[in-house]
Amino acid sequence: MNTPSKTSTGILGFDGITGGGLPRGRTTLLVGGPGSGKTIFALQFLVQGAQVFSEPGIFVAFEESPQRLVANFESLAWNLKRLQPKELFFIDAQPMPDLIHSGSFDLGGMLAALGAQSEAMGARRIVFDALDILLALLPDAAARRREVYRLHQWLLGRELTCVITAKEGGDEASSPTQQPFGFMQFMVDCAVVLNHRVVRGVSQRNLRVQKYRGSGFDENESPFVIGSGGFDVAVARTSGRVDANMTNERVTSGVERLDTMLGGGYYRGATVLITGFAGTAKTTLSGAFAQAACRRGERTLFVGFDSDSTEVIRNLASVGIRLDSHMESGLLRMFSARTITGSAETLLVHIKALAKEHEARCLVIDPVSKLSKFGNELTAHGVAERLIDWTKADGITLMCTSLLDEMADQTNDSGSALHISTLADTWLHLNYLVQAGERNRGMSIIKSRGTAHSNQVRELILSDEGVTLADIYTAGGEVLMGTLRWEKEGAERVANEVAEVAEQLNLVRLDAEEAVLEVRAKSLQTELLAKQVEKTLLTRTKKSREGELARGRTTLRELRGAGAVVSGAKREMP
Amino acid sequence: MSLLDPSNASRIHAPPEPVVVFKFLLFVAGDTPNSALAIANLTALCRAYLPGRYAIETVDVFREPQRALAEGIFMTPTLVRLVPSPMVRIVGTLIQTQTVLLALGLEAAAV
Repeated sequence: MNTPSKTSTGILGFDGITGGGLPRGRTTLLVGGPGSGKTIFALQFLVQGAQVFSEPGIFVAFEESPQRLVANFESLAWNLKRLQPKELFFIDAQPMPDLIHSGSFDLGGMLAALGAQSEAMGARRIVFDALDILLALLPDAAARRREVYRLHQWLLGRELTCVITAKEGGDEASSPTQQPFGFMQFMVDCAVVLNHRVVRGVSQRNLRVQKYRGSGFDENESPFVIGSGGFDVAVARTSGRVDANMTNERVTSGVERLDTMLGGGYYRGATVLITGFAGTAKTTLSGAFAQAACRRGERTLFVGFDSDSTEVIRNLASVGIRLDSHMESGLLRMFSARTITGSAETLLVHIKALAKEHEARCLVIDPVSKLSKFGNELTAHGVAERLIDWTKADGITLMCTSLLDEMADQTNDSGSALHISTLADTWLHLNYLVQAGERNRGMSIIKSRGTAHSNQVRELILSDEGVTLADIYTAGGEVLMGTLRWEKEGAERVANEVAEVAEQLNLVRLDAEEAVLEVRAKSLQTELLAKQVEKTLLTRTKKSREGELARGRTTLRELRGAGAVVSGAKREMP
Repeated sequence: MSLLDPSNASRIHAPPEPVVVFKFLLFVAGDTPNSALAIANLTALCRAYLPGRYAIETVDVFREPQRALAEGIFMTPTLVRLVPSPMVRIVGTLIQTQTVLLALGLEAAAV
């Protein structure tokens, strides 16, 4: 594709929106109300050129004296003094207040002077700041048009990349069909509108590219902030970049059993959301994660909104999570964002800058729901989305907690504060269970993309040795936790013991019975033997008595004298 | 009291008016119509009001842009009255108006 060559503005995000920056060698019109950030945008464009691309630039100041400009931007780390005058040249073109006009005049003098200067320093970039002031001096519209045309010709001849700023009420003052500084549109290849609104007491700055000849651009308003590094435009989505850093690597949650429940831990670069009411140990879980990250030697940033970092460290130490040594080694950076006020956008920029500075691989934001508390419920969602996009793109594992309001209507989507839950990869929910006069912490995994995960509610136990998860009991359709669980566990232990003893007793009893029976069997056998002996004896006695009887009768007969005959006869007869 | 009154003072001392040579610097941009007009108008003014006691230097910003830069001349034509002080600047083609005459102090000189 043969798109016009572009030149970087050095403004984070803006180059992304426009796909590379401003059109090289062309003119860009920057329109916005007072205090909308026109001058800083323009100046940053020059500073970037001078510092990074060795493209010297000229700043033509119609509104403020260069001395004041330099003083005003002292707070930004731009080092304007060092750049002057070789790489950055300021021209004080403020109209003198007591200047007398008589008859027609033109900008020939200025252009001649600028031409000489730009040739002398080899300028590639030029800014006309507050051109509206100069144009206001011209008597009529025809003269204005003529001078703008003259300027245009001059710029074309030199192929300078030019930014012209002009005051106008941004998008609001002009009707949708009317373009700001319409008569200048013919000469500009790119037009950018800056808006500064106050929505419910919170300042919101937005930037919108209105046109860009020969190039695609993001047509939506993009929020921006002016921070210590200058202009920072929030880019909604950097398509194609987001998916770049997907990995299958797991990182531990810092709680062993939670890792098991998640099938190995969180994915690297994932977004983890922990929701729960106040005091459900959200911070503790994020602390455990941060500690585990530091133990792996990963640089971690912990952004807290609720309490100061020293407090967080002290409180976490009470549950066995020691972060102080990691703070000392520099791996961990704690940042208390309580002191920062401003839009959610400002916060995001702060966090981003800190994370970049710290080269963080893991980021904890506790709680992320604070983003919407700065009076910008409307933008907070977009900010949260960009936060996630950004961490994903950079492969930063993000853990955010979200505070649920106990009083809030449960149906009112409170479970997915800022709608992060739809974007989060893993969503842990912490809850209280009030039972038998106790509050116990329960934890469940609502979702965890791409990982098998347990569907069970676990009890979260905090002790001075750390965070552990315990199985919970269900009894009669109810979940038992805390003391009830402990009681149940105790009762089971006792029941086991009783059963064991009973079993042993039974065994003993049976042994005894067996022994008794064995003894009885022996005695019966003995008795049987005795009876058998007795029976034998009896039989023998009976026989001998019969014999005796027979012998007796013979003897008697013999004695009577007959028997002997009989017997003798008998003996003689056969 | 009366001594400090300027009108009284001039009456009492009645000094001869010192001859002041007016020095002008006229910045023009090449041979544009505006440049030519400005030069013509200034010359006419000087002839009418400052006969014999004026000096005009014309600077073409295209030829001497560094001078325009140094002087902070951004619109052309620009007339700078160097002498007498204070320095006065007038932008435009110097059409003779009451404002221009007053600003240059020419009305007084003519009287």
